[in-house]
Amino acid sequence: MSVIKIKRFNPEKRKDSYFQEFNVDLKPGTTLLDALNEIKWEQDGSLTYRMSCRSAICGSCGVKANGHATLACQKQAENLLDKNDVITVEPLGNMPVIKDLVTDFKQFWEKVDQVKPFLKNEQAPPEKERNQSPEQFKLIDDSSTCIMCGACYSDCNVLEVDDKFLGPAALAKAQRFVGDSRDEDTLERVKELSEPGGIWDCTHCGECVERCPKPAQPFYRIKEIMTVALEKGVHNNNGARHALSFTKSIKNSGLLNENTLPVESMGFTNIKGLLELVPVGLRMLLKGKVPPIIHKPCDELNDVKRIFKELDQ
Amino acid sequence: MIKHDVVIVGSGLAGMRAALELCKDHDVAILSKVYPSRSHSGAAQGGIAAALGNSGDDSWQEHMFDTVKGGDYLGDQDAIEEYCKAAPRVIYELEHMGCIFSRTPEGKIAQRSFGGHSKPRACFAADRTGHSILHALHEQLLKNSKSIKIYSEWYMHSLISDGSRCAGVVVSDVRTGAMETMHAKAVIFCTGGYGRVFKITSNAFASTADGVIAAFNAGVPLEDPEFVQYHPSGLWRQGILFSEAARGEGGTLLNGDGKRFMETYAPTRMELAPRDIVSRAEQSEINEGRGIDGKDFVHLDLTHLGEAKIMERLPQIRQLGIDFIGVDCVKDLLPIQPTAHYSMGGIPTDINGQVILNHGDGKATPMEGYFAAGECACVSVHGANRLGTNSLLEAVVFGERAGRAALEYLKTAGFAPINESQEKTKVLNQVEEIYQSDGSESYNEVRTEMKETMTSLCGVYRNEENLKECISAVKDLQSRFKKGKVTDKGKLFNTELYEIMELGNMLKMAEIIATSALQRKESRGGHSRTDFPKRDDDNFLHHSLVYKNGEELEIKKRPVTITKYKPVERTY
Repeated sequence: MSVIKIKRFNPEKRKDSYFQEFNVDLKPGTTLLDALNEIKWEQDGSLTYRMSCRSAICGSCGVKANGHATLACQKQAENLLDKNDVITVEPLGNMPVIKDLVTDFKQFWEKVDQVKPFLKNEQAPPEKERNQSPEQFKLIDDSSTCIMCGACYSDCNVLEVDDKFLGPAALAKAQRFVGDSRDEDTLERVKELSEPGGIWDCTHCGECVERCPKPAQPFYRIKEIMTVALEKGVHNNNGARHALSFTKSIKNSGLLNENTLPVESMGFTNIKGLLELVPVGLRMLLKGKVPPIIHKPCDELNDVKRIFKELDQ
Repeated sequence: MIKHDVVIVGSGLAGMRAALELCKDHDVAILSKVYPSRSHSGAAQGGIAAALGNSGDDSWQEHMFDTVKGGDYLGDQDAIEEYCKAAPRVIYELEHMGCIFSRTPEGKIAQRSFGGHSKPRACFAADRTGHSILHALHEQLLKNSKSIKIYSEWYMHSLISDGSRCAGVVVSDVRTGAMETMHAKAVIFCTGGYGRVFKITSNAFASTADGVIAAFNAGVPLEDPEFVQYHPSGLWRQGILFSEAARGEGGTLLNGDGKRFMETYAPTRMELAPRDIVSRAEQSEINEGRGIDGKDFVHLDLTHLGEAKIMERLPQIRQLGIDFIGVDCVKDLLPIQPTAHYSMGGIPTDINGQVILNHGDGKATPMEGYFAAGECACVSVHGANRLGTNSLLEAVVFGERAGRAALEYLKTAGFAPINESQEKTKVLNQVEEIYQSDGSESYNEVRTEMKETMTSLCGVYRNEENLKECISAVKDLQSRFKKGKVTDKGKLFNTELYEIMELGNMLKMAEIIATSALQRKESRGGHSRTDFPKRDDDNFLHHSLVYKNGEELEIKKRPVTITKYKPVERTY
């Protein structure tokens, strides 16, 4: 017998959440969703979770298993057992819990709405299909696999501290249009996505790539939007300036110039932003953490330049 | 009471497509017991049919003939003609909306081969075509959110009508448990199929006959319910779908002797014969002891396709095999068996999605203000067996047509009067009955036994003895259902309660399927009787219509509309 330890919450009965353990005999081939169903149907009918397709395409059954978001239907239960033969199941994170493993997706969907998730093209359509080459299709192939399960949103480290962040799913959805050769609004889209709460607020931790049950893998899609934004000259924001300053410094010296980076990221004409840096600078000075004033290049600078040359090609 | 011009129940392809027809002029509500993008249309993998001719010559006439023949001549040919003619236009419209399709090297929509289609006419987005269309339509829904109100996670209990005109639905908000009447000038049902009646099924947990049974309880007959499609490639024991596209791309089927057994059953089309034929072939091999190691499955072999092609065309299937059974189809054989997949039958409609109550004296009597489209409806374009890729097309074509018909109806129609408290009381009593039952039976056991009974006695092969036993077993389960034990009596997100109501619907549906199967003493398309192995056009070239007559079922007939193609023997 294995133990499925489930975080329960039912505000109709009790204000706080608690863990409850259920013993389940996990036969080979049993998915985590099968195990939850066995508990609901044979032990406790009040256990509440969402499910529908059980083949990893509808996106209903996202939960946290052993601390990480996953689709319950997609995981073989025995692969989730810890050394004590226990699987810990909790609701998705970064969302309010309604009951047991059911969370409120309201904010998630509002953020999807914010990225204007539909094709924009005002031209009269041709009689037949619009042409799109297999290579152009490839650019939106991965983002279009997103099933909106919320696994990435649940485990996003930025959302944990900043609920204004659009989050990985909405940004992956945005890339689906930024990258679409049929969409006419690319520039406008990348401008909006470069605003606070957008692409540049991602910390590149890669957690969403780990959690995504599909090839959508939002962080890679966010990077693709960043590339388009920079190519389109959307530089007038801290994120883009930071990226460009970072690149310039590495390209020229092989090392990060920590003195110029914050200033260049803020922008030389951004007086208010620059003044905000002063207290930080002073504190660093007092603690002896200011980097050397003279920035020296690294010894292997030629290798670095060679890498950049190859990348440019 | 909630009021809208139109209420659409179900938010898969058909429901969302209908909503888009109506939202420019009307206040539309679309209701789903899941979130719209989680509808089961999204699970369709292989493609959507249309004679675009992007991979060689094709025509709507050939598409029509293939559909008529594939349906074993039970489809209504006037409807099939309109449907096949409309196909290219609706695909181009989806593409213009932004739907993603795989492309040919010239940039056109790519097309591939599919069972029963004589030409490669399945337009596809890798092996997630339903997902791609569902999300494209969902995007349009969000774009039109000002005039379309989405009721996400609401359950529909019953249809409000006086027997000739529809006035709305009784619904519950799953989250709060609050029951409401939705008053509407027109109601469109796009509630999908009922494969969960069976043990081995590709269907989602949500595919539970709620819509068709609500119609049935309101006096609408169900047409051709005996015709259930068994898909040849369900994952062994789980039933989840491995797209026919796997065979369309060159996958083969092998029995326990390692032989491509389709040579015996359909020598010209082989693995790309229609689904009913391939499923019967598999079941025969299994029944005759030629399953793998004598067990109840055969092998789907994709190993010769190579990793590159599998990753381009069938990536999702590969992942499903790895996740669900630990088999990588690039290197190993997939264990498959027939799985209950699609309901050819459903709520009878005319070619415009208008629900028809009866066809007495050759004249159709509609239920005013009530429309249906998609899998829950029976137009009938699929006849006795649906061809792969024709269901997504049906949802889009008839979703649009039902939307337009409702639009036309709304030009003159107003709100029909309803008695709110009476309608709610009926449903509340039903809930109360569940809460008051003595609790001596387990709903789970009733559900499991129903599913096992239907798969073993009313499955790929049927006969009189088994069907009679099936009906009596189902009736017994219906009485045990009344004594089930409930744990959760709360209001908040009570999924147990909805599962119980779904089970009640499925038990009725199971009886309807088996009863209609018993009276059809012939073999045609998806309905195969071992005691009547031949098609019998003299006695059964007609649709079945099952009516509610008190607690009994009454079966009537409706002639098949035959225009271009006279029935001939169906061989492949």
